[in-house]
Amino acid sequence: MTDTPMLQVRNLQMHFPIGGGILDRLRIDARGLRMENPVVHAVNGVSFQIKHGEIMALVGESGCGKSTVAKSIARIYKPTAGKVLVEGEDIAEHDFAAMLPVRAKMQMIFQDPYASLNPRQRVRDIVAEPLLEQTKDAQDRKDVPARIEALLAKVGLNAEHAGRYPHQFSGGQRQRIGIARALSVTPGLIVADEPVSALDVSIQAQILNLMKDLRDEFGLAYLFISHDLSVVHHIADHVGVMYLGFMVENAPRDVLFSRPRHPYTRALLSAAPSIKAKRDVAEIELKGEVPSALDLPSGCCFRTRCPFAWERCAAERPVLQEVGEGQTVACHLIDAPERDIA
Amino acid sequence: MQDGVENPLLAVRNLRTYFHTFSGTVRAVNDVSFEIGEGEVMGLVGESGGGKSVVGFSILGLIDSPGKIEGGEILLGGRDLVTAGEDHLRKVRGREISMIFQDPMTSLNPLHTVGRQMDEVLRLHSDLDASARHKACIEMLESVGISHAAERLKAYPHQFSGGMRQRVVIAIALLAGPRLIIADEPTTALDVTIQSQILKLMRRQIASKGASMILITHDLAVVSEMADHITVLYCGNVVERGRTRDLIETPAHPYTRGLIDSIPDTTERLDRLSQIPGSVPDIRNLPAGCNFRDRCPRAQALCAEKEPVLTPQHGSLMAACHFPLKPGDRA
Amino acid sequence: MSGFLSSEFFHNYKRSSSAVIGSALMAFFAFAVIAGPFLVSQNPYDIASLDLMDSYKPPVWLQGGDPRFWLGTDGQGRDVWASILYGARISVFIGLVAMIASCVIGTFLGLVAGFYGGLVDSIIMRIADIQLSFPSILIALFLMSAVGTGVDKVLIALTAVGWVVYARTVRGSTLSEIKKEYVQAAKVAGLPNHKIIRKHVLPNVLTPLIVIATIQVGTFVLIEASLSFLGVGVPITQPSLGLLIKNGFDVLFSGLWWTSVFPGFAIMMLVFGINLFGDFLRDELNPRLK
Repeated sequence: MTDTPMLQVRNLQMHFPIGGGILDRLRIDARGLRMENPVVHAVNGVSFQIKHGEIMALVGESGCGKSTVAKSIARIYKPTAGKVLVEGEDIAEHDFAAMLPVRAKMQMIFQDPYASLNPRQRVRDIVAEPLLEQTKDAQDRKDVPARIEALLAKVGLNAEHAGRYPHQFSGGQRQRIGIARALSVTPGLIVADEPVSALDVSIQAQILNLMKDLRDEFGLAYLFISHDLSVVHHIADHVGVMYLGFMVENAPRDVLFSRPRHPYTRALLSAAPSIKAKRDVAEIELKGEVPSALDLPSGCCFRTRCPFAWERCAAERPVLQEVGEGQTVACHLIDAPERDIA
Repeated sequence: MQDGVENPLLAVRNLRTYFHTFSGTVRAVNDVSFEIGEGEVMGLVGESGGGKSVVGFSILGLIDSPGKIEGGEILLGGRDLVTAGEDHLRKVRGREISMIFQDPMTSLNPLHTVGRQMDEVLRLHSDLDASARHKACIEMLESVGISHAAERLKAYPHQFSGGMRQRVVIAIALLAGPRLIIADEPTTALDVTIQSQILKLMRRQIASKGASMILITHDLAVVSEMADHITVLYCGNVVERGRTRDLIETPAHPYTRGLIDSIPDTTERLDRLSQIPGSVPDIRNLPAGCNFRDRCPRAQALCAEKEPVLTPQHGSLMAACHFPLKPGDRA
Repeated sequence: MSGFLSSEFFHNYKRSSSAVIGSALMAFFAFAVIAGPFLVSQNPYDIASLDLMDSYKPPVWLQGGDPRFWLGTDGQGRDVWASILYGARISVFIGLVAMIASCVIGTFLGLVAGFYGGLVDSIIMRIADIQLSFPSILIALFLMSAVGTGVDKVLIALTAVGWVVYARTVRGSTLSEIKKEYVQAAKVAGLPNHKIIRKHVLPNVLTPLIVIATIQVGTFVLIEASLSFLGVGVPITQPSLGLLIKNGFDVLFSGLWWTSVFPGFAIMMLVFGINLFGDFLRDELNPRLK
């Protein structure tokens, strides 16, 4: 095991221009005729790293950009800027041919068990697909069916399931098929985009246990995207909190849950309902709505809803600072702790 | 508990709602009974396919072919809604019982302004004149936390965000002053910070109006904070019910116990989550005896032969199990 | 086979009178097209087998009818019934071939437009819009003046207009399929775009096309009939049902109605059968709510 982290992300940026032809974007008003180019600022300079065998979670609410980060890393989208290093190799600019060998190192599992499998393909073809793209030699291809059978067993399915179609399986079983597909190329990193959010609670537990077992057995690293803090608490080693495309806090799991520093993290933790009657984090209630990603607020993007915001927050965008124990926070309160009235 | 509640607001007795499909009869609701008193919040909990939404629709008479209420009674104010005609049901809907659906996008008509949709409810269910209605709508919007209410009445649903839309839906549901609100997964589609706001709002409104609520959800954490008592459904049957604290802390039914144990929680640190093995059986082909026996760690021969019935357990709990858990039992 | 017979599709088919009648009509015409010419003794297009003395004989149940010619004869002594059988062949042939060509071209363009988007999409869709503003008659007229009539010219005219509905439908389905996660999974698996389109998108956009294709055969038969009626369709040597109607039209008002009316009736039954069955298919294949 080398020292190079499995994944390093540096200042990742994803901006999506909103479509519309030339005529749609033309505006005529008091200032005259002009062309607008509205852009969705989905991901704005995110950096983190994941070592081999580690599970890093990205949490945040809808629109925070966590799914976009996942898809940019998996090169479903091409990043607008920044570096994505997979075992030291920057893949942000790779073309199709250069990406192919990287696909053997990094695979993905998706949120919707009903949309993530082609309804017209049999299970064995679904699971074998990534492997077949990597294996062009005729001799090696003969070994693929046996490998598929072993994979299905590993995720808790059996050989007779291989010939069936997705609609014959439950949500939890489909998610297992998706996991088997990702494992087929023995990757070092699996990007998991809300893998249990669409499952019933009792099935969720099965899948989380399976993912952990696979990590222990194969030394897999996961980038685990979720909006559910209790799931994240169970499975992650490190947690990154995102808001409007920015990473606002990043810390080891225990540190984040016991000593959250960013007001948004604290609000998230205090809002999550819990079965145990007591809550140990002081309640922070957020007002207002999330601003639009088309038009980010100046300075700190969270200031419009933050109970502690002051003038500096509008003037200057905070950057991630180390506050000890591996925790980094992007908030001006770090420099002005007297303003933290909680 | 509710068995023995004097004059319950709503009493559902032995409700059976079946769907007759080409591939078999789906017994979505199979002998479900519960009662709700005035001012109470009942959580109706279960996983997908458990039948909880169908219970809500059955109460309001919104079951369409191929579904049909096959038996049982739904008593509201002494009148049985199952046998009452469509005219009576129409009077009941909106005025006595209103429903909040999961998806605020589809429960509001995108072509009408919010004000118009709210006004319609009052026109149907109250005797107020136009200006009194307008005033009532503004007051209601403000009380659900929408500022600039008078202007917002003129807006269309798509001009609101998800959380605001759900507030509008709640406002509409409360407008005619119903005695019972059926909320079907009202916050599942919302972010957790918005969910927290909406749940607080609902609790406040219900308390101030003395209304009752059936909160239908799969989220035990939400229900543990909101409900006075809980009914747990599995494959169309009630497997357990009782007051919230009793059910959450010392459940009697192994399914409830399994459900609670498989929820990860931020105060615990476990290596593996306890899980319920297997998956929910095909509801068209339920096993003989107890529906849960194939996944139950306590199942024995009797469970395959005889279907268990709801029997009183410790505390306020009733459970349908031959070998229920006692307080202090390991699962 | 037993799986099909016990399926929900077959169950609903049996209960739907329109489906059963529609498919019965289609089966009849299929049979007529394949086996018909072998069942009649006369080949109406073999000049040697005609006898001018048999011309304009009325149908057999009328006075003057000849039991050899059930539905009468035309001005050349051709058996109307035999002409219908031979003509149906041509009509159905044209309808089917034009439909297949339209489907292949339209599906391909729709896939490309939907998958790649951007400029390619705009170009294809604008061509589609332009195409629709040309009625096929105009195209057929142009072709006739340039290169003469013929079955192939008719096919070109029909296909030039017919591909658009497939392209539009497939483009819409493609746009919605490529957002689905199984397509993203294929990308992450390292599949090149053309493989993704072929293996993943294409099989999932075909279902609505079945209904469109079925009904389009009927539509094409009718358009071709109109073209031939106006004289810009098939040549005299290969008369479709439409041309038969035209040929009889000239003498229609002299009281010699059978040479026009029977072929007209035949077209009507053919298209009616197709539409009935197509309606049933549309309801059956409509993705229902889970």
